[in-house]
Amino acid sequence: MRHDSGRHRGDRLGLLAAATVGVVGLAFLYQQQTRNSVPQRRGDSAPGRAARRARFGRYAVVGRTVTIARPRSEIYAFWRDFSNLSSFMENVRRVEETGEVTHWTIAGPMGRDVHVESRIVADRPDSEIAWRSTGNSEIDTEGKIMFRDAPGDRGTEVEAIIAYVPPMGELGRWVAKAFQTEPHLQGRRDLKRLKMLMETGEIATSALRKTPS
Amino acid sequence: MRALTWHGKHDVRVDTVPDPEIINPRDAILEVTSTAICGSDLHLYDGVIPGMMSGDIIGHEFMGRVVETGPKSTLQKGQRVVVPFTISCGSCFFCQKTLYSACDNSNPVANQDVSENLYGHAMSGLFGYSHLTGGYPGGQAEYVRVPFSDIGPIVIPEGMEDDDVLFLSDILPTGWMAAENAEIEEGDTVAVWGCGPVGLFAIQSALLMGAARVIAIDEFPNRLDLARKLGAEVIDFKQTRVLDALMDMSGGLGPDAVIDAVGMEAHGFAPDTILDNIKQNVGFGADSAHALREALMAVRKGGRVSIPGVYGGFVDKFPLGALMEKGLKVKTGQTHVQRYTDELLRRIGEGEIDTTFLISHRLPLEEAPTGYKNFRYNQNDWTKVVLKPGMTSA
Repeated sequence: MRHDSGRHRGDRLGLLAAATVGVVGLAFLYQQQTRNSVPQRRGDSAPGRAARRARFGRYAVVGRTVTIARPRSEIYAFWRDFSNLSSFMENVRRVEETGEVTHWTIAGPMGRDVHVESRIVADRPDSEIAWRSTGNSEIDTEGKIMFRDAPGDRGTEVEAIIAYVPPMGELGRWVAKAFQTEPHLQGRRDLKRLKMLMETGEIATSALRKTPS
Repeated sequence: MRALTWHGKHDVRVDTVPDPEIINPRDAILEVTSTAICGSDLHLYDGVIPGMMSGDIIGHEFMGRVVETGPKSTLQKGQRVVVPFTISCGSCFFCQKTLYSACDNSNPVANQDVSENLYGHAMSGLFGYSHLTGGYPGGQAEYVRVPFSDIGPIVIPEGMEDDDVLFLSDILPTGWMAAENAEIEEGDTVAVWGCGPVGLFAIQSALLMGAARVIAIDEFPNRLDLARKLGAEVIDFKQTRVLDALMDMSGGLGPDAVIDAVGMEAHGFAPDTILDNIKQNVGFGADSAHALREALMAVRKGGRVSIPGVYGGFVDKFPLGALMEKGLKVKTGQTHVQRYTDELLRRIGEGEIDTTFLISHRLPLEEAPTGYKNFRYNQNDWTKVVLKPGMTSA
């Protein structure tokens, strides 16, 4: 008896699964039949990193734009003095510019420091700074920061784009995310801190005291 | 210092915690002289606001005396100030447009991620109201650190009592903005759900702005009495069918404007409320929205809907059809406190607005947990609790 009822239950489940597949299949076919089809899509105005399917090879590309209510020249000048960067970039411990190259010490996942040496590949005052890592770097990366006038006297649109080859690929990216050192998250937060500093002269904190007691 | 700290649902305690200190150049430190328990603190008390951590100091309605100032603060030691619950930088795009509660720069960056994911944009910083809005230690304490002290705090002339001006920190401007958002025209009938402090101030404000009639809805006799004293007609939703009553009382037209001063913890015995509460309690992120649904059904075609009540998550069975088909206009948001404080201080000074009628209890800070419990469970008698850190226990 027990075996029989078990088999019947199995049959019923199988029937239910088949019916579900059937209904979903019919819905899919119906949608295929009735939707407006587009033979070929043209490019749109959005930045490439917002594409549903990105094609940057081994590189992960991240970016973010913020509007800062200050003139372009002021923000450019602040950024171009690389010694300022560690004041708003949380994971950047040190930035030293020596001659042609800049040496970055970045706090990586699991308490490990990451060293990157970069060279400026474009520097257009008040509008763009671009850099690329040299062979003496632990991470293969390039990036640029762009400054353009925001419409309606809102100040400056600051856009950062960073491309990098994640160490250990997609897995490394997840580890970095878990340690809150992943460049997308970091970039977003760093730009917001830059905005705070430029607009208010300080970086907001909800701490009760300077050092936790 | 001593401070009221949150430890979980229905668990608040007065603990000894470190004194605050100046961190940023625009900071000031206040010695708190009066601080109130807000209806929205009860959402924290009930554990329905996400992002709270054990040990958080709560409280966002407070005033006090300046005891320390950062180099860029414009305040002076000894000044008495009321502090808006919204923390605003004064210079971002939003502050420039006087949308102070949308400030881009007051919520510490790491705290912005959650609301950015939840709402599409990060919220501004608020005092003592969860880590979604910055995790700022609140004002139900002996001392508080006030960031951007050159923008928020309003200096109170000597001679005005704490109790006269304390509510400039939140509920008075919130009630005022609720009425402003209802875009009241001369001769309007305005219906207000909830006769808590914000609802009562919304009633008072609506009448000042020219409403011919205000109809207030609640169930607690003492609160309905306060509404009546302000000049409102009242509906007790426990003995009256609200929709039928509002239609008849407004000549079959429906109120021109409706104000939901209840928010996400609407109660009462209605089927949608019961379902909402079940979902809220199992953590579906569902808000209880009975008052808002009823308001949308009641308001006349082409009417205005103002929502000062706090919502945090999602709502089911939202009558979107009524909103569209009746051509309604909805305005809501956290209060842009700094936009209203000067004018409201003047109106208080000229005797046009009295806020003290609301206060039912004054307690020492040490007795804050008693205040929470009664404000939550004896809403009929406890209409507003003001805590006085300097007062000694009886």
